[in-house]
Amino acid sequence: MNCKQATQLLSEKLDRPLNAKEKVSLGVHTTICVSCRRFSHQVEELRTISKRYVEESKSE
Amino acid sequence: MTNASTSPGSSPSPNMGVFFDVEFTQELRQQMLKFALLQVRDEQLAEDAVQEAMISAYQNIDRFARQAALKTWVFSILKNKVIDLLRKEKRHTAASQLEEGPNINGEALIDALFTENGHWQKSERPRKWDDPDHGVENEHFWRVFDACLNALPEKYGRLFMMREFLEMETSEICYNEELTITNLNVTLYRARLRLRECLEDNWYAAEPTS
Repeated sequence: MNCKQATQLLSEKLDRPLNAKEKVSLGVHTTICVSCRRFSHQVEELRTISKRYVEESKSE
Repeated sequence: MTNASTSPGSSPSPNMGVFFDVEFTQELRQQMLKFALLQVRDEQLAEDAVQEAMISAYQNIDRFARQAALKTWVFSILKNKVIDLLRKEKRHTAASQLEEGPNINGEALIDALFTENGHWQKSERPRKWDDPDHGVENEHFWRVFDACLNALPEKYGRLFMMREFLEMETSEICYNEELTITNLNVTLYRARLRLRECLEDNWYAAEPTS
């Protein structure tokens, strides 16, 4: 697995459950790749930020 | 369109006060309009959705003792109205056109971010984002986030907001937008790549503006 494939799966992980094989390959890749680990954290952060954005619209 | 006016004559309910607070009502309208416009890019439709949500709040005024409760309620109505509008709206523009935007997108984006063998280009590697609290509460951060959302190609922004703001299920988005799941996954992936990069460049890695 390369970074292009890993980042796509990291995005899809937010939209569908990954299968066992995908989880394993992704786990192996992110263990050795700091950039993809950061990407993983950041797309999750985008989700948190979006939720807050909607909240913020209400409470500004 | 005029602002929602309270009807005279009928005896006002004890909670009517929240609607007589002009400043609160106007501010609420502005916030709602901003939220609706971001997703429904038609001012009239967005105005109508806001108006309808305000009217249902007005009709259910007895339920709200506090402004905060009214806000939460009126926003959930608005959210559903926006989903309805997006469901009804027929797209006249070819999907490919909607991928165009002020920056590189689509395949070109992927090519710019990754090397031929699929590794991050050195200059494009994600940097460490500071503690998320670093400014997320801050007004300037939200301006940057707004600008990044608006810079997304229409198709990316629309699907991203359906998924992340309106929290629609992917199956529902596909059905509504006549997309295959593969197509949706790829588009959300590209939207996240663009948004991530935009936030990094303009907020997380930008010079502090103190």
